[in-house]
Amino acid sequence: MTTTADPAALLTGLAQSLSSGAVKVVDLTHTLDPDFPVIVLPPEFGQCAGFRMEEVSAYDHRGPAWKWNNFTCSEHTGTHFDAPVHWISGRDLPNNSVDTIPADKFVGPVCVIDCSEGASQNDDFELTPEIITAWEAKHGRIPEDCWVLMRTDWSKRRGDAYLNMREDGPHSPGPTPEAVRLLVEERNVRGFGTETVGTDAGQGMHYTPPYPAHYILHGAGCYGLQCLNNLDRLPPTGALLCTAPLKIKQGTGSPLRVMALVADNGAVS
Amino acid sequence: MTDPLSPPPRKNPQKRTRVPTRPSHVRSRAALGFAAAAAEGRFMLQTCAECGAVQYPPRDACGSCLSVELNWTDVSPAGRLIADTTVRISTNVYFRERTPWRVGTVRLDIGPSVMCHVHGDVAVDDPVRLSIKLDKSGQGVMFALPQKATPNMEDDPHMREMTCDPKHRRVLITDARNENAPALAQALAEAGASLIFVGEAESWHPYPHRATLEKIANVEIMPLDVTDTASVTELAAEIGGKTDILINNARFVRPGGIMDRGDVIFSRDEMEVNFFGMMRLAQAFGPAMRGRGADGDNSATAWVNILSVYAWSNMPEFGAFSASNAAALSLSQCLRAELLQGGVRVMNVFTGPTEDEWHQPLPPPKVLPAALARAVVGGLKDGLEDVFVGDVAKDLIDRWRAGPKILEREMLDTRGQG
Repeated sequence: MTTTADPAALLTGLAQSLSSGAVKVVDLTHTLDPDFPVIVLPPEFGQCAGFRMEEVSAYDHRGPAWKWNNFTCSEHTGTHFDAPVHWISGRDLPNNSVDTIPADKFVGPVCVIDCSEGASQNDDFELTPEIITAWEAKHGRIPEDCWVLMRTDWSKRRGDAYLNMREDGPHSPGPTPEAVRLLVEERNVRGFGTETVGTDAGQGMHYTPPYPAHYILHGAGCYGLQCLNNLDRLPPTGALLCTAPLKIKQGTGSPLRVMALVADNGAVS
Repeated sequence: MTDPLSPPPRKNPQKRTRVPTRPSHVRSRAALGFAAAAAEGRFMLQTCAECGAVQYPPRDACGSCLSVELNWTDVSPAGRLIADTTVRISTNVYFRERTPWRVGTVRLDIGPSVMCHVHGDVAVDDPVRLSIKLDKSGQGVMFALPQKATPNMEDDPHMREMTCDPKHRRVLITDARNENAPALAQALAEAGASLIFVGEAESWHPYPHRATLEKIANVEIMPLDVTDTASVTELAAEIGGKTDILINNARFVRPGGIMDRGDVIFSRDEMEVNFFGMMRLAQAFGPAMRGRGADGDNSATAWVNILSVYAWSNMPEFGAFSASNAAALSLSQCLRAELLQGGVRVMNVFTGPTEDEWHQPLPPPKVLPAALARAVVGGLKDGLEDVFVGDVAKDLIDRWRAGPKILEREMLDTRGQG
C-alpha cells in the first residue's frame, strides 16, 4: 500500500506523532561498557578491543571546569554496524565502507523474525528458509531493501552465557547459508541483524561457506547489525530503523546507536 | 624459639593509622653495596683485588694496602655474636616507636667485626649466620640470624620489619586467568596468607583453572582488568585498604619482534597490560599501601612484579614483549622510589621462558608455575627486591653483568636461544 502525501506534511506529521507518543522511539543499543563481551578469536590472531575509557579531567587540576574522557574500542565493539568491506567477499565493492555508504541507507524499514522460542530451547538454533517463508505466510513477503532482524532474546543473557563459549567454541543462534541466500538473493534485503555477538551463529565457521552471513551479506554489498538489544519491543513489520555508523575513513564498521520508530497503537494521536 | 605471631586483631576504626616512619637512610656511596647485596639476598663485602683483605665497613681504599680496587664479593656469612645490648631510648622516631631494640657485634670467621641487628633467638657466644637485609628505608643492614633455623624465627618482630612475610597478610594476585595464578595462590595459602584476592578479567568467557583456584583456602575471586582503569579503581576502592601484598602477575605475551608483526596491535596490548597495567594498579592501590606501611602486624609490605628477564636485554624472537618489559622494569624503579616513602618494598621477579602456551615451541629449561610461586614467596620471606628464577634468568643476568653489549651481541645471533 502506498500513500501519496506531501513529504513535508509527512515529516510534520511524524514530528507530531513523536511528540504525542503515537510514534515511539525504541533504543536497540547496549551501553558501551568495558564488561560487555567482544568476539573471541584464536589468540594468535589480533583481537577485537573491548571498550575502554580514560578520564582526561573531571573539574580538577587536569581541567578545572570540565570533565571529559578518551575512549578506545574496536569498530566491532558493542552494538555495531558491519560494512561490506569488513569481509573479504565485500572488499572490492563500491561504497563498501562506513564513510562511503549513502546516508539514505541508514534509515529504512525493518522486519523482525521471532526465533526466541527456538533459541530458548536450543543454543545453536538455526534460522532456516522454512522459518522465513512461514513468517512471510503470516506477515507478508519481506520487502526489497528492508532490514531483517533475527530476534532470539539473546540480549537478555549476561556474563558468560552471552558468548556461551565451550571447548569447541561459542554456541549461539544464527542463520543457515540457505537462509542468508534467500534473504540476499531472492528478497534483496538491505541488511541482517542479530542480538548475538555476530550476524553468524556461534558455530558459523562450520557452515559452507564459513560464516555465511558475513560472507554472503557483505559479498552482495549488504550490511550487518549485531549485539542488538530490545528486539522484543519491535513489531514483526512496520517499524523504521535508524542505523547511522560513525563516519570513519575506510571504516569497516562502527559502534552506533540503533533506534527504531514504532507506531504505538494504544496511543491516541 | 620465637613466639608465634598471632593473627592480628581487626583494626580499631577509631584509631588513626600509624604514619610510616623510616630508619636513617643516609649512606656513603661505597656503603650502597649493602643494599645491592640485600636486594638479592646475597652476603657480600668489599674485597681488595690486590691484597685480598676483606673490608668492613665499606670504604673507598683498602684498609691494608690503600688499593682502590675494592670489589663486592660473596663471602662466608659465618661468625659469632661476641656482644649485645638493648636500645631502650632512641631519638630516631622509627626506632623510638619500636624499642626495645637489640643490637650486637658479630665477629665474622673471615675477620671483620660487624655491628648488627640481632635475632631474638641468638645469644651471646652463639654461632650466627650474618645476613644483609633491606630495612624500611631500603638500605642494606646487617642482621645476625641463628646458625640453624629455629621454630617461628620468621616471626621475630625485628626480622619481620626487614622481610615481607605473607603470614597473616592479605594478598592481591592481579590476574586469575594467568596459568600461574593457582600455583601462586596455593603457595601463599601455604605461607599463611589470611586472604588471597585474585583479580579476574573478562568473566564472560571461561578459563580452565578457575575451579582449581576457587578450591584454594582463603581465595576470593574479584573482578579486575588491569587494562580497564575503572575496574582497577573500583577494586582499589573496595579492598585497597586491606591489600598488604600486591602481586602483579598480569601479562600479555605474543611472539614476534618488529617486522614479523607488521602492526602495533599486539604491542599495544603488551603495553596496556605489562606497562600501563602496572601504572593503573599503582595509581589505584599505591597510595593506600604507602599509607599503611606501618599498620601493625599486617601492614602493607610489598609490591611484586613478575617480569621477563629479557627486560634487561632484548630477545628478538619476543622482541616487542621484551621491550614492554623493559618499560615495566623502568616503571618499577619509579614505583620503588614512590613506595619507599611508606616503607613498602617493590620486588621484581625476573623469569626466563615460562611453561605455557606462548613458549611451547621453545626448548627447555622453562619455568614452571610452581617454581615461580616458590620464588615469589621465598623472595617475600627473605625481603628481597630482585629475584631471578630459573637457569635461563640467572644465566642471563650474569652475562648482563659481565658485559651488556656482549650479551646484546649474543642475543642477536641466538634469536632468543640465549
